[in-house]
Amino acid sequence: MSIKVINEKCTGCKLCVKSCPFGAIEIVNKKAVIDMHKCTLCGACIESCKFDAIVLTKISPTDIQFPKKFDEHKDVWIFCEQKKGVVQSVAYELLGKGRELADTLGVDLCGVLLGENIKQEAQKIIHRGADKVYLVDSSALRHYQDEPYSKVLIQLIKEYNPEIVLCGASSIGRSLIARVAIGVHAGLTADCTALDIDKKERLLLQTRPAFGGNIMATIICPNHRPQMSTVRHKVMKEAGEDKHRKGKIIEKSYDAGIYSSRTRLLDVVEEIEETVNLTEANVIVSGGRGLVSPENFKMIEDLAKALGGAVGASRAAVDSGWKTYSHQVGQTGKTVCPKIYIACGISGQIQHLVGMQSSEIIVAINKDPHAPIFTVATYGIIGDIFEVVPELTRRFKEALGK
Amino acid sequence: MNIIVCIKQVPDTTNVRIDPETNTLVRSGVQSIINPFDMYAIEEAIRLKEKFGGMVTIVTMGPPQAEEALREAISLGADEAVLVSDRAFAGSDTWATSYTLSKTIGKIGKFDLVICGKQAIDGDTAQVGPGIAAFMDIPQITFVKKIEDIKDSLICAERMTEEGYDIVESPLPCLITVVKEINEPRLPSLKGKMRAKKIEIRKLEAKDLDADPDSLGLKGSPTKVVKIFTPPPRKGGQILEGEAKDTSAKLVELLKGEICL
Amino acid sequence: MDYLLTEQQIMVRDIARQIAHEKIKPVAAKYDAEGIFPWDIVKIMAASDLCGIYIEEKYGGTGGGAMELVLATEELSRACGGISLAFAATALGTFPIILFGTQEQKMKYLPDIAKGKKLAAFGLTEAGAGSDAGAIATTAEKKGDHYILNGTKQWITNGGEAEVYTVVASTNRSKGARGAAAFIVEKGTKGFEFGKKEDKMGIRASATRELVFTDCKIPKENILGKEGMGFIVAMKTFDQSRPGVAAQALGIAQGALDLTIQYMKERKQFGKSISSFQGLQFMLADMATEIEASRALIYACARMIDSGNSKVGKDSAMAKLFASDMAMKVTTDCVQLFGGYGYMRDYPIEKYMRDAKITQIYEGTNQIQRSIIANHLIKETASK
Repeated sequence: MSIKVINEKCTGCKLCVKSCPFGAIEIVNKKAVIDMHKCTLCGACIESCKFDAIVLTKISPTDIQFPKKFDEHKDVWIFCEQKKGVVQSVAYELLGKGRELADTLGVDLCGVLLGENIKQEAQKIIHRGADKVYLVDSSALRHYQDEPYSKVLIQLIKEYNPEIVLCGASSIGRSLIARVAIGVHAGLTADCTALDIDKKERLLLQTRPAFGGNIMATIICPNHRPQMSTVRHKVMKEAGEDKHRKGKIIEKSYDAGIYSSRTRLLDVVEEIEETVNLTEANVIVSGGRGLVSPENFKMIEDLAKALGGAVGASRAAVDSGWKTYSHQVGQTGKTVCPKIYIACGISGQIQHLVGMQSSEIIVAINKDPHAPIFTVATYGIIGDIFEVVPELTRRFKEALGK
Repeated sequence: MNIIVCIKQVPDTTNVRIDPETNTLVRSGVQSIINPFDMYAIEEAIRLKEKFGGMVTIVTMGPPQAEEALREAISLGADEAVLVSDRAFAGSDTWATSYTLSKTIGKIGKFDLVICGKQAIDGDTAQVGPGIAAFMDIPQITFVKKIEDIKDSLICAERMTEEGYDIVESPLPCLITVVKEINEPRLPSLKGKMRAKKIEIRKLEAKDLDADPDSLGLKGSPTKVVKIFTPPPRKGGQILEGEAKDTSAKLVELLKGEICL
Repeated sequence: MDYLLTEQQIMVRDIARQIAHEKIKPVAAKYDAEGIFPWDIVKIMAASDLCGIYIEEKYGGTGGGAMELVLATEELSRACGGISLAFAATALGTFPIILFGTQEQKMKYLPDIAKGKKLAAFGLTEAGAGSDAGAIATTAEKKGDHYILNGTKQWITNGGEAEVYTVVASTNRSKGARGAAAFIVEKGTKGFEFGKKEDKMGIRASATRELVFTDCKIPKENILGKEGMGFIVAMKTFDQSRPGVAAQALGIAQGALDLTIQYMKERKQFGKSISSFQGLQFMLADMATEIEASRALIYACARMIDSGNSKVGKDSAMAKLFASDMAMKVTTDCVQLFGGYGYMRDYPIEKYMRDAKITQIYEGTNQIQRSIIANHLIKETASK
């Protein structure tokens, strides 16, 4: 893949310079010059150029060689994250997508489950579409820990040679999977939002956002197996449950050495405040600077409660100490994609938008009609949050019969 | 206590805003900054140095201009800086980046702790920190929101999870990645800036690393980008104006179907 | 305009700008409304070595002078003219020590000020002695190894918050202005207390209090210079410090203009942004030009001071006069350009207008500045 300026067409108009998010273009002698050190081939300049003077040469089959055949690598694996012995919903989302991928490739869909006394959960994974479940049961795997988990997963991959391994882009998934990818020398694409198969080459096409979601990239892994991805929570549709579905549970056990860990987990602390976790929530009600003072978050909490949702906060609200960091949505906080996101008194700085703009429905309530939040809102209410929010709470409660 | 901090220079998005007329991003004049999460890593390293003594060495892999980021880290109080830069690194994915950085750290000498930001804001992968730990075969604690204690060659830290946090203990040397909650980064000092101006940055190239050339850059990257596109910007939708009771009634009506009533 | 600053001056400006932007701006409205003294910001300034930029290296500073002081004050004031005063008023209280202190006095007081561990304040004004500073009634009576201070100083910036005070008192009231002397008084000295915090129109994040001396006994080594030199100390201090007040005014004006331009680009009337109306554009152009003219005058004056030229009385009075009148005019126009919003406390612009006003009043009212300038002019022609 390469990018090039066609000097005959370039007029030196500087539109591309302005469009470049990476500051990689300069005008030299009235022609655009791209600094390849800075360029990420994002293509923003191509869209901006009115004279078709910049061309991006897409990857061609000759660019990538496929020297290896991976006949011995089969099956699509889903790492099924469990907490307190319960498989997390992100795993069911991946089983839904994984089923599609496995069917396209004509291979089995397999779950991988690590934990202690969790056989009944393995059965649930089969109900959600898996043909097989690799189950490793050990007291050392009760809680997630980097080293035993990565060593066991590496061992399983080496033994069974899957061609694709998917894992949720959760705090566990992100900590685990990079270690595993290095251990098995696999390609890893983090935080995917779309997955597809190139049938001809049997390649996994992994699409992920970069630069805060302003750019999307499709990534392949031609010469290494397995092809590994972490996938964002709430993007894929959860697999349906079929209690009659049959599958095979393959129980594995290993020597004690594999379970050893240099780190020790001393305690697992759940913060009660976080009754509904932001990344899991279907509805998020967030408050920002417009709330003026911390007491007014009560109003946001009331609305969230009425809707069975979680409470989010803008960076301004967190930096002012009104809410803890675990509630922060945005670039330096969490990226969320609930079904409904209600932003109250949040102006919508770009750093906030990148953390929530993939929500299905966005509602913005703000008194400033020019607030940038309205540019992404599905529904915008121009008004005083102190009047609108309590009114909304009352009406939702009424409508929901609470 | 000797600490190595890995940082990345990224485009500053704080000045990026949305053009209300076209609904597209206004990207003019984007400057380069130190990845915000790495600022917390630098701050934590300096605080640990102030408490336990030792040296803070900053490492970055990037183009020659990434030297600016290193000088900024020095102005905040870091002691030394290493720039690993080579055309051979171009096109590195997280695998090749982790490999290159682990080889670089191997060249720096003895260390007790490697600190990385949880992720970079341009790539958002959060994979390079654990990748370095894997290549160096040292333990890791990711998403650290608080270091509780360091003594007898053991570090005890709070690792942020979706529900709360884990308390994890690890022997040194180890690698941690940090989240925003861990501290509030300081601003540069005048004396720091003066030192940053003069300090000599150690520069390493591919040939200095004892690295396998086939594992560097595009060649050493298992993943390849085949397509990059800009998603259509989200459009603003319906605007409701008027009395609070009317607008809220209307909204409840609109959302009724979406929320299981 | 390029003022050809040195590398170190650019660093000072950049640090102050960063503190202003990242730390002061987010709290300015709150500190103004609630009258909170910005100790947290002082700590940040100290950690960034800003507190010692006008103090010699051998006393723990970084060796700059008036130019550095002016650059930092301007940048801090762009975000808040009240918060910047914790810094600028310390400089005012420190100048008498820098200019007239003995080696021992400097060693004793300057390092802590340079490190930002202590703030300073300057005490001259009294209820009955404002522009007529010769009328001070606070007395310092020599008794053995001590002076005994009695009297009350009024409207002292940093009063109560500072640790080190330079106070002008009369050792011989019959001699009027020639009977005064300047003293260093430390907070906590027996007989030295503070009056209530004043409720002010502007610069509300700054603390203004009375200094009350009741048989306050201070060692005789704390005199700055000699008996009878009190007014020379005060006047020389003001000659040096006026560019600082001028820079405060300059920063306030610049900060107001920055906000106004941004607002005008966003605010739409008659279907277009108000920045496209020529009548308003002319106002912007005038404001920017006057701000730049003030800056040029202030910087030139600061450089003159740093070159060691002691005859800066007229020039520093001109800088203070011009910049503070300009700031009042510019901030008033900025409020005008914000229209109705400008008059509302929800918007940040009216604060700039309130903050600007004091710069025409303190450290010598602008009427006094005009007298100083005129006196110099008349003297200059007489000596030709």
